Amino acid sequence: MSIIPLILTVTLAPLMLGVINRTKAVIGGRQGQPLAQPYYNLWKLLGKGAVYSHTASWVFRAGPIVTLASVLVAAALMPLGSCPSLVSFSGDLVLFAYLLGLGRFFTVTAAMDTGSAFEGMGGSREVFFSTLAEPALLLGLAAVAKKAIGTPLVSLTEIHAHVTASLWAHSGLILVFVAVAFVIVFLAENSRIPVDDPNTHLELTMIHEVMVLDHSGPDFAFILYGAALKLWVLAALIVGMVIPNTGYFIVDLPISLVGMLAVSVMVGVIESVMARLRLLRVSQLLVSATAMTALALVLEYRG
Amino acid sequence: MLFLGIAILLGGGLLAMMAGRASLVANGIGALSAVIGCAVALIPVAGVIATGTAEAYGPLTWNVPYGSFVVELGPLSAWFALPILGISGLAAIYGAGYMAHYAGSKRLGPPWFFYNLLVVGMLMVVIARNGVLFLVSWEVMSLASYFLVTFEHEKQSVREAGRVYLIATHLGTACLFALFVLLGRAAGTLDFAGIAAHGQISGSLANVLFLLAVIGFGTKAGFMPLHVWLPEAHPAAPSHVSAVMSGVMIKTGIYGVVMTLGLLGHPPAWWGWLLIGIGVTSGVLGVLFALAQHDLKRLLAYHSVENIGIIALGLGVGVLGVSLNHPELAVLGFAGGLLHVLNHGVFKGLLFLGAGAVIHGAHTGEIDELGGLQKKMPLTALTFLVGAVAICGLPPLNGFVSEFLIYLSSFEEEISLTAVGSIPSLAVIGSLAMIGGLAAACFTKAYGVVFLGEPHSDHARSAHAPGKLMLAPMLVLAACCIGIGLAAPVVVRQMQPVMAVVTGETSAVVATQLSGATAPLTSVVMATVSFLVLALALVVVRKQLLQGREIGEGGTWGCGYSRPAARMQYTSSSFAQPITDFFASVLRTRRQLDAPQGLFSDRASFHSETPDASMRYGYRPLFALLDWLLSKLQWIQNGRVNLYVMYLALTILVLLVWFVGAGK
Repeated sequence: MSIIPLILTVTLAPLMLGVINRTKAVIGGRQGQPLAQPYYNLWKLLGKGAVYSHTASWVFRAGPIVTLASVLVAAALMPLGSCPSLVSFSGDLVLFAYLLGLGRFFTVTAAMDTGSAFEGMGGSREVFFSTLAEPALLLGLAAVAKKAIGTPLVSLTEIHAHVTASLWAHSGLILVFVAVAFVIVFLAENSRIPVDDPNTHLELTMIHEVMVLDHSGPDFAFILYGAALKLWVLAALIVGMVIPNTGYFIVDLPISLVGMLAVSVMVGVIESVMARLRLLRVSQLLVSATAMTALALVLEYRG
Repeated sequence: MLFLGIAILLGGGLLAMMAGRASLVANGIGALSAVIGCAVALIPVAGVIATGTAEAYGPLTWNVPYGSFVVELGPLSAWFALPILGISGLAAIYGAGYMAHYAGSKRLGPPWFFYNLLVVGMLMVVIARNGVLFLVSWEVMSLASYFLVTFEHEKQSVREAGRVYLIATHLGTACLFALFVLLGRAAGTLDFAGIAAHGQISGSLANVLFLLAVIGFGTKAGFMPLHVWLPEAHPAAPSHVSAVMSGVMIKTGIYGVVMTLGLLGHPPAWWGWLLIGIGVTSGVLGVLFALAQHDLKRLLAYHSVENIGIIALGLGVGVLGVSLNHPELAVLGFAGGLLHVLNHGVFKGLLFLGAGAVIHGAHTGEIDELGGLQKKMPLTALTFLVGAVAICGLPPLNGFVSEFLIYLSSFEEEISLTAVGSIPSLAVIGSLAMIGGLAAACFTKAYGVVFLGEPHSDHARSAHAPGKLMLAPMLVLAACCIGIGLAAPVVVRQMQPVMAVVTGETSAVVATQLSGATAPLTSVVMATVSFLVLALALVVVRKQLLQGREIGEGGTWGCGYSRPAARMQYTSSSFAQPITDFFASVLRTRRQLDAPQGLFSDRASFHSETPDASMRYGYRPLFALLDWLLSKLQWIQNGRVNLYVMYLALTILVLLVWFVGAGK
């Protein structure tokens, strides 16, 4: 049973991107690409050759591989609603956050390896924003863990399993604050609007896309797939934090999947109605996410 | 065995000194004796760590008032002696290669003598069991390192750095003198065994003693804002000495704090709060200042401040646990902090050696003048990358293990304590997360700008790889980073005797609590091993996919610009700029911009510098004030010998009167 979340992640993650694109198309009055377009893209890229820069060394080639491998292991730690994750242990949330950090480290170094000013710029922004997002993520988890579990064995599976209707009833406000903070972290970590625009065409304004400009063929497929997985696991984090469990696996799993669909639609709607924030504003948005988790913690001590 | 090692170190040092002008001979003798001495002394240390039983020596006859030559190699001492001897031995091998290059221009006997003396001093500090012996060892260690810092004393900047170090370290020592005098008065003896047996020291005195220890030992360890000497002295010293000073010497400060805690009895909770507060400031500010630097060794020096902060966080949680009689917290917190002592020694030693190889090969440590070194020195770059990933606390390396333990302890604390009690743990979680992010920013910058891309200057273009002697220790240390990361549960289980000493719990209790750490660590290792397997599998998959397909090679995509030049690459300052701007109110970077004028401007320049805040707003004004006050006393010192003789006579007279008066 515990392998189900991982299987769903690995198979359905690119579909989330399809749903986001379709939502944007519908709101924009277009027909839009097929839902399975991200899969076609991956397939196409896997079938191509590759081009490498003269400047780049093995670090450039290691980037996509380390990123994908670390996200895959992180995915094994992420439950889906009350469905436990493949691996879960006390403190796995720290490993989860740091595995994503490892992937980021290598994405950034691979970008620096090309010697391009634009890619350095993207890397610089990426590390800055993640610095601000990280405390929000871990403090938010700490806030929910204290309220939900009460035993010192903190794992993502435990936390998600304890988000029930009764928890919502007596400390709903805390969950709301943490969920809002996590949505901000989710958007920032996955380079979505309002932090970064995945569809922009000007390298100067990009964050994530500009770091992977020089990757091609299977390398780029790894990167895109890794990004889709990251989108899925962080969405699963929000879904598990928001949707109360019944404790019955048969009921919870479909509900969680509907939740994932809802998150994708939400991203699509946000991207349709908002413009990207100025880079200077992004840091304020991220600090506000940390403030939100701090507020949740204050509420916790009040009652 | 321990003393044999010390004897080899001292004897070898003296022999090297006697070699005089034969610099290469001195270099060989010095390095060889250091390596052999460390290796021999490591045998009993490893034994104590493996078995957990202390080895005591002495007391030997030693005619010093209040002093007695009692040394003991207990589990705690052994835990600190392990990195001291291990890193010093490896750094000595590296040093043999590094110093050979000075053989024509300088005498190499004295630096090796002081190097060996430094190692002996550090070793004696952690095994001394008497206040006087401890202080003597402490001074030997400080002075030996001073002479090593000023190795290139013909440079003005190096002399200046040495002076700052000498003054700062003695301010710390002054506090330690006060600490031991007060301790001795309270307990009636300066033997640690006697002090510990004396029992609980009264509350207010214990508080004063603890504060003295934090200031005195904290100066050596580099607690913010007492860290001023680190960013000066580490860059000035030869690189293998920086590795030893930054990797292990500053840890004697941590040892001092832990040892004092052991002597003072049951701690009140606010000691834990104080240590956590120090940890948060040192950790966050240390890494922020590191980010703003563009000298490689200075950057690494600030990272030592950061890592000492992380260690303080672990110790703080541990002290809180002891104070609240919460063995789970105590064990996890101390285990995280003390494991980080070892881990930081390993990866910081590695990084300083790597920085030394860069400086040796490219003749500059300015990050913005380097670049593209990956191709010139591939193995150095690889080991530096390992060190960088480890210092960022990323899995699967050793840095993650200790940070994970500290996280675990804080989550535990956060959930098990109520209301106000869990505030420190939130500070720990929040600041560790932020430190992790900033450290990643700092090391993607350092590694990326120094080793990747195209060379920024001729220095980097003409760089050469280091020799085998310099390379071997780096490879060993990199292997240690990976080894400790993958053998985490085994390593943590070995800490059981140390934990029993530090937390004062029985070894059965410690064993149960440690299993609460080793169980998740086993899962962590499983996860990271599967990560490595996956990565390897992906390499194979890509290779299969690309088989027989066209693999092109071209220039980096310049986003439509067809004549990119190396100087257009992102520099370390530009990479760090968003973060340094965001924290501008703390960093107060000075910028000088000479902006280009007109269409065909022929000159433009930009310079930025981030001076140390505590130096600028704390130490400098303080010393200016002292200088001003003391200059008022200058009339006493007028250069007439007859007056000086009168001062002497007066002093003797006053002492005589006092003596006679007291005699009645």
